[in-house]
Amino acid sequence: MLTLRRFFATLGPGVLWLAVFLIVPALVMLGYSFLTRTDLAQVGGPWTLESWGRVFGYDALFQEWTGDNVRVLWRSVWVATLSTALCVLMGYPLAFYIARQDARRKNLLLLLLIIPFWTNFLIRVYAWILILRPFDLVPSLTATLLGMVYAFVPFFVLPVYSSVEKIDWRLLEAAEDLGAPPVRAFLSAVFPQTLPGLVAGILLTFIPALGTFVVSDILGGAKTALVGNLIQNQFGQAGDWPYGSALSFLLMGAVLLGLWAYARVAGQKGLEELV
Amino acid sequence: MIRRTHPALSAWAWLVYAFLYLPIIVLVVFSFNDSRFGATWAGFTTKWYGVLFARADVREALVHTLEIALISTLVSTVLGTLVGLGLWRYTLRFRTALTGLLVLPIVVPDVVMGVSLLMFYSFVRQGLERAGWSFDNGFWTVLLAHVTFQISYVALTVRSRLAGYGPELEEAARDLGASGWESFRRIILPLAMPGVLAGALLAFTLSLDDFVVTYFTSGSGFSTLPVLIYTNVKRGVTPDINALSALLVLVTVVAIVAANALLRPRRGA
Repeated sequence: MLTLRRFFATLGPGVLWLAVFLIVPALVMLGYSFLTRTDLAQVGGPWTLESWGRVFGYDALFQEWTGDNVRVLWRSVWVATLSTALCVLMGYPLAFYIARQDARRKNLLLLLLIIPFWTNFLIRVYAWILILRPFDLVPSLTATLLGMVYAFVPFFVLPVYSSVEKIDWRLLEAAEDLGAPPVRAFLSAVFPQTLPGLVAGILLTFIPALGTFVVSDILGGAKTALVGNLIQNQFGQAGDWPYGSALSFLLMGAVLLGLWAYARVAGQKGLEELV
Repeated sequence: MIRRTHPALSAWAWLVYAFLYLPIIVLVVFSFNDSRFGATWAGFTTKWYGVLFARADVREALVHTLEIALISTLVSTVLGTLVGLGLWRYTLRFRTALTGLLVLPIVVPDVVMGVSLLMFYSFVRQGLERAGWSFDNGFWTVLLAHVTFQISYVALTVRSRLAGYGPELEEAARDLGASGWESFRRIILPLAMPGVLAGALLAFTLSLDDFVVTYFTSGSGFSTLPVLIYTNVKRGVTPDINALSALLVLVTVVAIVAANALLRPRRGA
């Protein structure tokens, strides 16, 4: 039984820490999103919905709808979707390849996959400048996409690999024995077994792709700004914290909604296995 | 399970690996390039490493990076291990909410976490100023932020390490006369230890690697290596940053290979 004394001896300190440095800041952020900018990076009253209006494209100053921010949001979703799709294309077969090797080679291949994964994110993105510059591709949307796929493909492969590892191959043999052509046999006997890993991998790729500002900042340039860049800018040059707060809340809300949907399908165990 | 692998599948896999290693190899090669502007090869040199070691800001950022990583790992490993043990040990009424709280720092985009902490610190500072106190963003604000995202990783690693064991383990120890503290120290902790070490290693790497949260919480006078690399890259590519990056890649490779050797299961694989 968890008494108050035991709570403070085990879960308590960590939970309190997260409450203070995670939940309270989120609430402060929510509060700031209803204020207005008074001076550079200063916020003040009165309470207003102005920033939230801007998030959805309404300009309070000129009292009209402008598409600019909405275009950035749309581009972010689109770029994240495309880079996730490319990760699936690259990573799904790779997970099968690794899972089918003998134990020694399997370990080596996983190690080779983890090395870039654990190498500093910024350095890996930066390295693409060296490669793409001679082709005049920095900055560009192509470079951003390439950088994202490169940075996130290990996130995708690892969960898919752990699903492929658990595949019961006897189902494939059964399907083949029953006369299913290879593609049909794969789709009905193998593919469904990889679904948990596939969904986890897609989430683990899509979420960081949606939220990043580093890749698009280094490889993309101003014309290909994503929502992450828009947020960063509000806390840098633009100095508009309320607007930045509203954008951050929208981004966080989108991610949490996606996770909630995932938890509904995969259950709590699935949510724990995701991380 | 070994089954036939189609040659096309092997070819695809090696292409993906080539893609993953191309930038890293290019980076290392160009760190030895004797040209100020890196696109063309102008002969082999190690001078950029000399230039790098002569930079005071690089040395200072290295010290900051290591200080933050070591202290935050220590704090988060203690807190996270306790949370992991609590999750394993007790039946909790708010288990789903608690899992959600732990998953949050892992899934919320780091830019969101960074800016919310930036605003939180500013909010607290305003409150303290009224009481005549003040602080600047820097070492402490970064340290607290790092612990915040590390706790979850440690807690979840420890919990999953203990997942296979039931509460009867501790009951048996108590039946044999162990006190609560004894059974914790002699039974539970040794069992959890691989999880604790793996969690600590993960926390340490996350701290070393973190750019976004540090960037927003560090203020102007304090930087770690990732922040220093970012500000340098924004000013334009310089060969000594290639050298710094190549060194960090080397450190990562050595650390991973060492961790892999340490954590390798004893019998078979």
